[in-house]
Formats: sequence, C-alpha cells, structure tokens
Amino acid sequence: MSATPGVVIAPAGAGRPRSRLWQALQGDRGGRIFLAVLLAVALLVPLLNLAVPAGSALHLSDYSVTLLGKYLTYALLAMAVDLIWGYCGILSLGHGAFFALGGYAMGMYLMRQIGTRGVYGNPVLPDFMVFLNWKQLPWFWHGMDRFPFAMAMVIVVPGLLALVFGFLAFRSRVSGVYLSIITQALTYALMLAFFRNNMGFGGNNGFTDFKDMLGFSQQRAGTHMALFLATVLILAGAYLACRYLIASRAGRVIQAVRDAESRARFLGYRVESYKLWIFVFSAVLAGIAGALYVPQIGIINPSEFSPINSIEIVIWVAIGGRGTLYGAVVGAVLVNYAKTYFTAALPSFWLYALGGLFVLVTLFLPRGVVGAMHHFGPSLRARLRPRTRSRGAGA
Amino acid sequence: MIRTALDRFSGRSRSAKPPRVGELLVGNPLETGPDASRGVILYLEGITVSFDGFRALDDLTLYVEVGELRCIIGPNGAGKTTMMDVITGKTRPDAGSAWFGQTIDLLNLTEPEIAQAGIGRKFQKPTVFEQHTVFENLELAMAGNKSVWHGLHARLTALERERIEEVLEIIQLTDKRSGRAGVLAHGQKQWLEIGMLLMQDPQLLLVDEPVAGMTPQETERTAELLTMLAGRRSLIVVEHDMDFVRSIARTVTVLHEGRVLAQGGIDEVQNDPKVIEVYLGV
Repeated sequence: MSATPGVVIAPAGAGRPRSRLWQALQGDRGGRIFLAVLLAVALLVPLLNLAVPAGSALHLSDYSVTLLGKYLTYALLAMAVDLIWGYCGILSLGHGAFFALGGYAMGMYLMRQIGTRGVYGNPVLPDFMVFLNWKQLPWFWHGMDRFPFAMAMVIVVPGLLALVFGFLAFRSRVSGVYLSIITQALTYALMLAFFRNNMGFGGNNGFTDFKDMLGFSQQRAGTHMALFLATVLILAGAYLACRYLIASRAGRVIQAVRDAESRARFLGYRVESYKLWIFVFSAVLAGIAGALYVPQIGIINPSEFSPINSIEIVIWVAIGGRGTLYGAVVGAVLVNYAKTYFTAALPSFWLYALGGLFVLVTLFLPRGVVGAMHHFGPSLRARLRPRTRSRGAGA
Repeated sequence: MIRTALDRFSGRSRSAKPPRVGELLVGNPLETGPDASRGVILYLEGITVSFDGFRALDDLTLYVEVGELRCIIGPNGAGKTTMMDVITGKTRPDAGSAWFGQTIDLLNLTEPEIAQAGIGRKFQKPTVFEQHTVFENLELAMAGNKSVWHGLHARLTALERERIEEVLEIIQLTDKRSGRAGVLAHGQKQWLEIGMLLMQDPQLLLVDEPVAGMTPQETERTAELLTMLAGRRSLIVVEHDMDFVRSIARTVTVLHEGRVLAQGGIDEVQNDPKVIEVYLGV
C-alpha cells in the first residue's frame, strides 16, 4: 500500500544521525551550486588580482575587487530580506535602515581609528565634532574605538531596533501592506534624524576619510582583499545559518505562518514570537552587511537610509527569485552589475532600465531568474544528456 | 482499526516539560489541562457579541459535559461560527463569561494559549498548510513545546514518529505522506485537518462542518471517527447535513439569532414547533 515512505523520511535509528545542516544541503541543489561558486570566487579573485600581473588581460583590478565586494554585501542584505519576505511573508521596505545602522556602527569605529591624523588633529574627537565646537565625546561614542565592542554594536543596534519595532508591530498584528508602509516610515524617519548635525553622526556628510582598520591601512589593496574575503566567508556562513533555520521545525512553522497564519495560531504557535525573532535575525544580517559595506566603500552617510534604497532591495530579491535565498544573491549581483554598467554608459537611463526589468520579470518570470532556471533547467539537462532519464527510471 | 489506533493514541500522557525561565516572548503557554472535576468541560454564560449593532450572539448560555458529543445546528447567521471564535479567543465578547473546566478563563487567554490549554479547532473551510507535506502538517500540529527556541533544534523522537504514522493510518493518507497537502482532494484536506486535530490531542474539539465535500463513504468514516472520540474527548460539531447529525448526535443544540432555541435529542428537536418554524420547516 505504501510504496515509498522510508525514502523521504528515514526510519529512526537507521544509521548514525546526520547533522540537520547536512540533511538540508542534501536536498538543496541550488544551495550547493551557490556555495561552490562562492568558493571559486574566494579562490579565483585573489589569484587574478594578486598573482596575475597588472598588464595581463586576466588581471582583476583593485577597483573590480572592491566592486565585487560591494555586490556581495548587497547580496547578504538581499538574503536577509528574502528570509523574511520569501519564507515568512513579511515585506519589509525598511531593511536599508538596519543595513545603514550596521554601517554607522562600523563607521564610528573607523572614525575613532583616525585619531590625530584628522584635519584638526584632535586625538579623541572626530573632525566634524571639532568643527561643531563640541568639547567632549557624546556618550554613545564611548567604547566605539575598540573593535570587539564596535562589532557587538553592529549586531546589537539593528537587532534592538528590530526587536522593539517588531514587538510593537507584530503584537498589534500589523501585517501586509500596512507593515510595509510603516517600515518605509521607519527608514525615512531615521534618515531625517541622521541628517541633523546635532545627532552626533556627522550630519549629511556622514563619515569618510577612514585611515585604517585593525591597524591595516585603508589605502592598501591587501586590506581590501581581506575585507572581500571576509564578505565571501560571512555570506557563506549566513547562507548556512539561514538554511539551517529554514530546515528546522521552527523554519517549517515560519512558512506555515506565511501560508495560513490563523491556522498556526489555533495550533498553539505564538505567531508573533516567530515573526519577531526571524525579523530580528534578518535585521542583524542586514546590519552585518552594512558593516562590511562601509570599510570597502569608504563612506557612510544618511542617504543610505533613503526609502528608495529599501525598495531597491526588494526589487533585487524579486528579480533573483524569492524564497530560495541564493536567488536573492543572484538578483542583487545581477541588478547591481547592471546598475554599475548603465550608470556609467547611460546615466539617465538607469531608473527606466530598473523599472522595466522589474516589470518584465514580474510578468514573465514570476519566480525570478532562479525560478526560471528551475523551470527550464531540468528539461534542458534532459535534452543534453538523454541517458539520464533512462537511468533515473531504472533506479 | 480506528478503535485500536485510538486506544493506543489516547493512552499516552501529554508530555509535561518544565517551563523555562525568562521566556517573556518565547515562553510556552499553559501546559496544564482543564480541571473538569464537576463533569462540565465548557461553560458559556451570557455571551453577547455585537458587530456594528448586529447581535451575532445574544446572551448565549451553553454547557458541554466531559466526553460529550454535542451537535450545533442552526440557520446561516445563527452565530455558530462566532461562538467558536469566542471559545478559541479569536473574538472577544462584549459581555458574558467563558470557562474551560473550573479554572481556565478563556476570555483572558490568547489563541495559542487556548490551543495549548487543550482546545482544538477545525475550520469550516479546510485549512491546511498547502506548501508543506502531509507528514509535516501533522508534525506541526503535534502537541508539545511550540516555542521558537525549541523549534530550532527539535527532532522527531521515535515515539512521535510512530504517533504520526498512527494518525496517517487513521485518516488514510499514509501513501500521500510525502506529497504536498495543497494537491489533496477536498475531502482528503478535511481528513488531514481532522488528523491535525488528533495530533494536537486537545480535550475539547470544535469541528466546523467536517463532512462538507466528502463522499458518502468518507462521511461514514468521519461519523465513525467522531463517535469513537466521544467519551475520550469532548466534541462540539457544527454541521448542516441532517443525516450526518442524526448518525452521530446524542444532544443537539439549535441556535437561532445568537440564542439557544432548543436543545435535546435529535427527534425531540426535529419535532419542536419553534425549530420547525425557523429552520427545518423552510
């Protein structure tokens, strides 16, 4: 009667228990490809940048390394958005705020590292504070000169904001388009606040002119390479963490909440808690992405809080294909590569191109680039390797 | 087959796990069941619910005894679904009280707390998690710790797996276990939702139109299943299909305009002139 059970669900006690992450990756072909590509990138980029001489056609310029690093921080940000949008149905149009907060925390550390090398040479106060005639460091700048503390703030500040915001929003059962609107309001309010000089974050200039990080000069190519590799590593780690989460029972509850929220509630799940914690986790990932972005780009200012930025992130995810995690990465890299290209070649054309791309993908590829690959990939493979089918049938 | 499966099923005690400290936002709600020592599991007294001046429930008073299978009938708009919403915490009444056993005040609890306290609900429209497999649907419904942290590392024990297998057998979906719940036929979704109720293992089951869209054979099996459950669990069944009600009912309550119009055995109720006038006589 039951022909196939055991195949999907291994009987308990059969063999040693495998780790959940391993099991999750077994069924995640796209994820394995994604991790393999990341590994290749981590090996090839240093090779082409450092080992291949500058004159060669294969040489990767320092500029390209920084650009790639930037794309990958955006990829991490997009993955954070996909985690809550694709798996829990929470459409946040304010994730740029968490990204910027992580970036500002890193920026504060980098500003404190400048020390006496600033224009005004003040050993404690960053230039903009001297310029504003401030006599002492505001309380929230204390400790930011220490790397571990600053990195803790990269996680704590976005996480805490998400916790408070999410607690209030989810407890009041704000969802759907209303939640999207108040997340826009959140990032807009933060942008206005950070534009003010007396907030103590450098006003509209933000932070820039960083000198070094952990004693390594920002001017050296090696520092950028290390930051790039750290980004690749953290992106891979974040992917594994998200995949673990999704494969756990909590992950199944999160998807259940997306599909039938009241059903989950009547089964005894505190839907608000699940939404809140995945929202906080996603915000922390976005904050880490921001902290990786700032030292590679060398500047952070309040325009990072701009509402349009947060909307763009959602477009990356939609174009890449939501609900897959790696689709968000594909979308972020593709769209930002296109953006780099178009804003150089046809600056006035970019926004039309982005809008057009979004419309086209929504109409013709509702599951994004990755979804289309899932759809067309198997039939293509079958055509290329006709023997696969017969082997599959015999097994 | 159902009987033996249910016997094994209900012989198992509810897993009691000590609550963890400091779980303000993630804590598991009430793990203790109702105190039904007086023989009554549900007390609804003077419940009134108004929506924009319309009284969906009007001073409704209803008691359900332990182990009883109570059928609720009534024309559309009689307040049947609103009553279930009040019991499960979805709707707060304007007046009245609702107690689960002697000690649990339902009006102070949230939906998940009520579910954890031991009240399960099957919706009128079958509501299953369509993107999940049948097996996963049952796993998610399983009684136990439902906190986020537990869910991050929870694994099915051999006992739990066995229990899911039993329920799969009862609802006859063993061969569909690895398929998505979304592709099931309507009647199978109804059964899956009943299976989810069994996994949840509540003391009181609220079952809204369980046989809508079922074949006569499926209806018969559902009747068999519900009558088996009566005695072990308390049930409130809302149904329009009078033949089905006749096949399972011991006590029938007729609701009309948010009030109890009549109550008693099926024949008694069907011959009541008031009932004939508002409902059956149409």
